[in-house]
This record gives sequence, C-alpha cells and structure tokens, in this order.
Amino acid sequence: MAETNKKTKLKNPFEGIIDKLFIMFENKIYLYGFFAELVIFLVIFPNTSSRFTQEIMTNLFFYVVVCLGLNIIVGYAGLLHLGYAAFFAVGAYTTGILSSRMGMDFWLTIPFSIVAAVIAGLAIGFPTLRLRGDYLAIVTLGFGEITRLTIRNLDVTGGAIGLIGIQRPEFFGITLNQISHFYYMFFILAIIAIIVSHRLENSRMGRAWEYIREDEDAAAAMGINVVTSRLYAFVIGSSFGAVAGSFFAAKMTAISPDSFMFIHSVMFLMAVVLGGMGKIPGVVLGSILVVLIPEVARGIGPYRLLIFGFLLLIIMLYRPQGIWPEKPTISTDE
Amino acid sequence: MALHEILLQQLFNGLLIGSFYGLVAIGYSMVYGIIKLLNFAHGDIYMIGAFSGLIFLSIASPYIGAGWPSLILGMLITMLLVGLLGVLIQRVAYRPMLKAPRLSILITALAVSMILYNTVMLLSAGRYRAFNVDVSSESFFLGPLRLTETRVVLIVAAFALMFIMHMFITKTMYGKAMRAISLDRDTCQLMGIDVFKIIALTFFVGSALAAAAGIMAGVYYGTIHFFMGFLIGLKAFTAAVIGGIGIIPGAMLGGLLLGLLEAFGTQIPFIGTEWKDVFSFAFLILFLIFKPNGLLGRSESERM
Repeated sequence: MAETNKKTKLKNPFEGIIDKLFIMFENKIYLYGFFAELVIFLVIFPNTSSRFTQEIMTNLFFYVVVCLGLNIIVGYAGLLHLGYAAFFAVGAYTTGILSSRMGMDFWLTIPFSIVAAVIAGLAIGFPTLRLRGDYLAIVTLGFGEITRLTIRNLDVTGGAIGLIGIQRPEFFGITLNQISHFYYMFFILAIIAIIVSHRLENSRMGRAWEYIREDEDAAAAMGINVVTSRLYAFVIGSSFGAVAGSFFAAKMTAISPDSFMFIHSVMFLMAVVLGGMGKIPGVVLGSILVVLIPEVARGIGPYRLLIFGFLLLIIMLYRPQGIWPEKPTISTDE
Repeated sequence: MALHEILLQQLFNGLLIGSFYGLVAIGYSMVYGIIKLLNFAHGDIYMIGAFSGLIFLSIASPYIGAGWPSLILGMLITMLLVGLLGVLIQRVAYRPMLKAPRLSILITALAVSMILYNTVMLLSAGRYRAFNVDVSSESFFLGPLRLTETRVVLIVAAFALMFIMHMFITKTMYGKAMRAISLDRDTCQLMGIDVFKIIALTFFVGSALAAAAGIMAGVYYGTIHFFMGFLIGLKAFTAAVIGGIGIIPGAMLGGLLLGLLEAFGTQIPFIGTEWKDVFSFAFLILFLIFKPNGLLGRSESERM
C-alpha cells in the first residue's frame, strides 16, 4: 500500500509537467507556425494584390506603429492622451522641414524628429504628470490644437498649405517611390514596433507601469517613482509617434496641417481602446478594425464617427478592457 | 483711439467673453468636484444649448418675434431641456462607470462628446448657422466705451446667472450637499444624503448654465457651428484650473481672468488674433507648472 502511495505521489507531478510542457509546446508550435504563415503571406502579398489593397495594408501597418506607440502611454501607463496627432506632426514636420528646406537625407532626419518629440513630450509631460493623471488628457488635447494652430500660423512650416517636396528615402541605392516599397518599409517598421513594445512590456519599466496603472499608491509605497515612470512612458510613446510621423512625411512627400487634426488623435485612441488596451494583439486588432471598417463600409462615410462614438460608449460600458483584453498576470483568486 | 480707451474697451470685451467661459467652467468644475470626472462632453452641451435655442427661436419667432422676451423664454426652456439632457447623459453613461477605473470613465466622456457633436454635425449638415435675433445692434457711447444694447444685456445676464449660482451653492441645502459630497461621498451617503440625486442635480445645473452660455454666445457672435463646443470646452477647463478645479467661485474668477487675458493678450504687438488660442493654452501650462492648485485652491494631499 505504501509503495502504491509513493508511486501515485511521484506519478502525479510528473504527469502534470508532461501535460504542461505538451500544452506549452503545442501552443508555441501552433503560434510560431501561425506567425510564420502570416509573415510569408504578408511578404508575398504585394505581388498578388492591387495597388489599392497595398495602400490599405500600408495604412494598416502605419496604424499599428502609431497605435503601439500610443499604447505605451494609454495601455501600459494608463494615461489618457488626446493629442497624439501632435507628436506625430512633430515628427512629420521635423523631417519635412529638414528634408525639403535643407535637403537633409531622410534617414538622418529621424534622430532629429526623435529629439524634437522628446523635448515636446518633456515640455508637456513634466508640468502635468506631477499632478493628477487626468489633467494630462486635457493638456494633451490642448497641445494637439496648439500644435496644429502653430503649424498653420508659422512660415517655416508652410502655413495652411503645408510643405511640399519632401525627399524620398533611399535604401542601399534604391529610391523608395513605389507603393510596394512603402508597404515593405511600414511592414518592417510594424514588426520592429511590435518587438520593441514586447520588450518594453516585459522590462522592469514595463512592470512598473503595470503596477502604477493598477494601484498608484501601492506602487509608490514599493519605491517606484511614479512621476518618472510615467514621464518615461510619455516620452517613449511620443517618440514612437514622431518616428511614424517621419516615415509618413517620406511616404506622402507633402504634408499639411489637415493631416494632424483632433480627429486623427481620436482614431488612434480608438484603435488602442477598441482592441484592448495594454496588449499588443489587442492593439493590432484595433488597428485592423479602425482601418478596415471604413474601407469595407464606405457607405457609412458621414456616420462613421457617430458610430465609432456609440461603439466606444458601448465597449466602455460592457467591456471596459476592450474586445480582446489583457489577461491579468496575477490572478486575484489565489 | 487713445491707449487707455483701447484698454477700457478690451476690459469690457474680456469680461464679456470671460463670463461665457465662467458659466461653462462652473459646470466643469462642479462635476469634477463631485465625481472627479473631466466631462469632455461639457463643451458639446454648450453647443447643444446654442442649437436648441436656435430651434426654439425658429419655431417661436412667427408668434412672438425674436426680440428679448422670446430670447429670455427660449433661454429658460433650453436651460431646462439641456439640463435634463445632462441628467440623462449622467444616468446612461457616467453612473455605471463611477466604480470603474479613471481611464474608462474619461473615454466614456470622450465617446459622449463624439456622439453629441457628430449628431449635431449630421443634423446641421456641418454648416455655420445664422443665429438671427431681432434685437437692437445700435451702438452708443458710455464715456469712451462703445457699447451695444445686446452686449450690455448679455454681460448683465451672465453676471446675474453667476450670482444666482453662487447663492445656490452657498445658501441652499442642495448647494451644501454638493459641497459635502465633493469632500467625502461615502460619508455623505451614511449621513442620509441621496448622493445620486445630488449628482444628477449637479449635472442638471451645470448643463443648464452651459446651455445659457451657448445661447448668449449665439446672440453675441451671430453664428453657431457644431464644433463651437470643442474650443470652449478647453477654455473652460483652463478657467477651472486657473481658479482651482472643484471650487465654484474659482471657476467664475478663472473664466473672467482668462477672458481678460485673451482680450489683452491679443493687443500685445506680434501676438495677433490668430495666436489667441495658443496664448491661452500656453498660459494654462505655465499655470500648471507654477500654481497647480489654482488661485483659490488649497494644496491637498490625496487620502487613500
């Protein structure tokens, strides 16, 4: 009897481990297989599709990059940002001015646009983030408007007409000017953004953000500097937006203040919130919804924002964590 | 005009615009004080007020004209209706979210704002609408000041509303309950205050004041637009922060101060009217750096 007892005691954990390993293994294989297929599909996609679909897909990748940046601020750090288009504009105009007025090479303008975004992010974030977190919502909203008005009123930004003649980037001697070039460029950018987001999420800073988001006071009591951590999230997220803005300027070769309206900030926010804040697949899903729904249902045109408004309200009331929410890493039932 | 005449004129203009800001800021500040929500939809309530007033005038003007009596009647009815709209919004969108995370309720408020202005945009076909009223626009001089009857009535009405509001908050039982809830909601509930009723009342009063400001702005500017609430929402928040958010007299003071700042700020050389909004917002950011609790606010430590 004693022997059998021992055996069962030994057997159970062993079985459990096998099961766990097997499930993990299976999931990973499945997951990697799925990713590999998806990547192969997306890589050969431009060869099999029209310019119009390529344009939409490029737009989708672009949204993924921008929204992952916004997700760092909204999803990871839990701060409502309503002027993200402004940071996007900072990047686009930095590249635009340096490229079209000074003839600087595109790739060299990217560090400048990051620096500009960091300065803007610090200027907005530093005074505001020391205060109640939700002040940031209105201040960013106002910053978005100020930036647009400033761009409109200044001469160096080309006023209401905007900037034209931004140089196309060169990549190992090839000038990127086809839509398929930009498709691949934004595809690579989206993958980089996903990897960076993933690394950030699991970093020490990422865990600090999560803690602050869940319980600010407890996080502060544990020795996390709440203001500094939030400032990091704000500045990193803003630089993401600026880089995306630089690439946007290079793709469009002409930019005007109309590309950076409040409504664009709202669409970015919508993509982050719809899919599920703070989770990379959720943000990707949200981007797909926000980019594809208006394309598929062109008829809803004028009603689009009204419908989005209702959608946002319903999601907040019934699924406040988004369609595909983050699983809590630590279960509270234990 | 001599310099002091320009300044006097700008003082009057600033006070007039500032009183609109103040009226909207009161609602902003009250709601923040009582449920700690930045009500993004508040600017849109102001816009809805202006449009409701216009609809009332277009219905009523064949019978009673579009002069002051029908304007006053229209204002009262609009205040009532828009106040009820505010209560409805509170009931549907905000009340279920009171226990939810802060970010969720902020996004809900944003959604409500989008619904309101997109509805009006679709109904008004996105065009500017003329706010036709049949009141005297003749100007007369009071010393060096050039005034019109409309402006005098508007500024008097705005200040009267602010005074009534102040009396309501400081002298009545309901005002006392509001102030108590903004201090400690749970204890109020234990003391037998019907908290949800007072929150609904707050929304009613705040929305009614915003609607009144909307109609007055319609009369003052002559045209209204579905997006008119966006900027004034920002300005009202700025005003509320300048005065100390959650403090009603602070909101009025902040509104007047912001109006004056804009009026005088645009007189500074090199800062034209196209920089007006940039100017007031830069001021907000400076204010947040140096005096985040506002003029009348006390520094408070958040209790857990």
